[in-house]
Amino acid sequence: MTDTNASRTAPKASLLTIDSHTKRRQAAEKRFRVYGIVAIVIGMLFLAVLAVSIIRSGLPAFTKTIVEVEFTLTQDEFDAAEKQLFKTKAYAGYFNAALLTKLREQGLDVEVDAKAIERILGKTGGTIREFYRANTEQIGQPVAFKLAAASRVDGYFKGRVSRDTLQDSRFMQLSDLDLVDALYSAGIIRQVFNWTFITGADSGVDNPGGAGIGASVVGSFFMMLVVLGLSLPIGVAASIYLEEFAPQNRITDFIEVNISNLAAVPSIVYGILGLSIFIQVMHLPQSAPLVGGLVLTLMTLPRIIIPARAALKAVPPSIRDAALGVGASKVQTVFHHVLPLATPGILTGLIIGLGQALGETAPLLLIGMVGFVARGYPDGFIAGFTDPNSAMPAQIYTWAARADVGFYEKAWGGIIILLIFLLTMNILAVILRRKFERRW
Amino acid sequence: MSFTKLTASAVALAVSATAVAARDNIHIAGSSTVLPYASIVAEAFGENTDFPTPVVESGGSSAGLKKFCQGVGENYTDIANASRRIKDKEIAACAENGVTDIIEVRIGYDGIVFASQANGPAFAAFTPSDIFNALAPKVMVDGALADNPYTQWSDFNADLPAVDILAFIPGTKHGTREVFEEKVIAAGCEATGAFEAMLDAGMSEDEAENACLEVRTDGRSVDIDGDYTETLASIDANANAIGVFGLAFYENNTDKLKLASMSGVMPSTETIASGAYPVSRPLYFYLKKAHIGVIPGLKLFAQFFVADELAGPDGPLAQYGLVSDPKLAETQALVEAEVTLN
Repeated sequence: MTDTNASRTAPKASLLTIDSHTKRRQAAEKRFRVYGIVAIVIGMLFLAVLAVSIIRSGLPAFTKTIVEVEFTLTQDEFDAAEKQLFKTKAYAGYFNAALLTKLREQGLDVEVDAKAIERILGKTGGTIREFYRANTEQIGQPVAFKLAAASRVDGYFKGRVSRDTLQDSRFMQLSDLDLVDALYSAGIIRQVFNWTFITGADSGVDNPGGAGIGASVVGSFFMMLVVLGLSLPIGVAASIYLEEFAPQNRITDFIEVNISNLAAVPSIVYGILGLSIFIQVMHLPQSAPLVGGLVLTLMTLPRIIIPARAALKAVPPSIRDAALGVGASKVQTVFHHVLPLATPGILTGLIIGLGQALGETAPLLLIGMVGFVARGYPDGFIAGFTDPNSAMPAQIYTWAARADVGFYEKAWGGIIILLIFLLTMNILAVILRRKFERRW
Repeated sequence: MSFTKLTASAVALAVSATAVAARDNIHIAGSSTVLPYASIVAEAFGENTDFPTPVVESGGSSAGLKKFCQGVGENYTDIANASRRIKDKEIAACAENGVTDIIEVRIGYDGIVFASQANGPAFAAFTPSDIFNALAPKVMVDGALADNPYTQWSDFNADLPAVDILAFIPGTKHGTREVFEEKVIAAGCEATGAFEAMLDAGMSEDEAENACLEVRTDGRSVDIDGDYTETLASIDANANAIGVFGLAFYENNTDKLKLASMSGVMPSTETIASGAYPVSRPLYFYLKKAHIGVIPGLKLFAQFFVADELAGPDGPLAQYGLVSDPKLAETQALVEAEVTLN
């Protein structure tokens, strides 16, 4: 039995020897894996560079240079200062004079004059006035004040300003640094953790030492409350209706296409909408987290509806069939069976949506939340929504644009706080998702 | 979780917020040049009075005035900051929306300076003609108007360094741009004789004026639409470039930038106040008289802004870089009497 055909078509190679075709396939596979690893390494590298640069530039924001001096304000001085128009300057004047006398008494071996002290101290009047207005019983008593030093003194300790680069200007002179050194060794000037940065509100452009991100964290928090409270129910209701109840016709098709389109609309457009509708037609307050939240809700909605629908679609039809089979109504099927199974997917979409909303600056530009908003903390829960406030990304943007380099590190420090806020939000969502996760 | 309850509470919240009327803080918008000064005054105002700290928005003179002119009432801004005077067109737009009694307050002067990298080439002295020759699309070459042939500063002025021309100038939406055009480019256009040549070539005066203000589009002149920090970043990246800054911004960054004189005068608060330095402009804010008495503390804020303690030569505004107005007393009287435009 000679089977010439078979011998002709039979492979010449055996399984044990690798032919060129197999070799090529295996090489391609190996190459692909290498590409994948390279892609991941590049991604991680960028992430590492980003993280390192943020932390390196942002960490100085968390320390500040203070001048610690014991100071007694007399009742006469208090009354005299309160009578003036520019009261805080009067307080700063008393404080500077007291410091000057004290330094002369101590006998530092460098020259001290009033102008130099003024340049070394930051803007102190506001803090002093606030303290005595709140603690009138302390008038006449010695009080140890810890006041922020001027931006350039702070920069000297953080390496921003050095003897080589410092140009004599009205902000700081080279001789001032000798005084700063002397005060440092006398323990009057030192560096402490910057609580003001975490708890405070924005400060004027000439006072980087007094700037804090706390108020805008509160602003962002209230905005996120509005976004969460509106976009979650509206978004989920819309996606359930579209996915489970709506008839398939031209109108629903039209709506679907438009939701996808809205997800791609640049965010600034929502800002214009917010200005013209919420502020000018509905007369909601300007610069308020409520309006910011409403604008961001509009922006976030399509971004929540799309993944929510995908999550609903991913629930196996057998679940619905089984529920309907045992006699559940359509609404019972959706709320008792489909929605709980879709919750993890919906939460993922929600977190991505909220994360985007949290970092958004452009729409806030037009409703007055970007700029100088330094009202401090709102008086109550409702006021939190309506009082003018900024938001974290807006605050960071504002700081980055200021002339004084002291604000630059504040901007980076703000980014660290923003990332911590975002991370907390994400961790919460992951925990919730774990709780709801069900496998089938 | 009940969605109906959540939605209902959210809607109720929105409605209750609408009911909360009566804005208690002053709202300001406008020029990014005036913003730093306004923020210093706003902070001091919050610290020194029982009124809340005003909100100051940025966005540019034109945008601020546009917002200002949209109407009278709590939902509209009280004050517009501007780095130029309000235009007749804008006053008309204001009047259309019922904004009629506008108080103009001049807070001081701002110098516009030319600066380059502190350790870059020696740009020490410019004249308007130099800037015009460097940046205009058509300049005078051998007595005739021609396409700008210059690639290096030394091509037209041997005193300037032999480096490639690159300038970062304020974008068209900046109030600074107008001063730059009017006091530098237009002056250079006339001084080099290009304006005459354009007229001789048959252009009308208006056409020639507009042609004078054009800048070359071959990449040697770059418009910066952002803040001065963006200009500074561009200068940082280009050792041979020059940039246009406000004097206050320069004084905050003396370690990175060095100044050049204009027409032989170094910019400083003194030379600008005396008028010797040619490139400066007044800064203003505009106030709605109708809002005085409605928004708490509005008039006090205006008085506070121009008080000697704030805007005077020893005040914090001058400390930051504002050139204080020698006629500040007149402005104070004007605010006191609530004198409106026209």
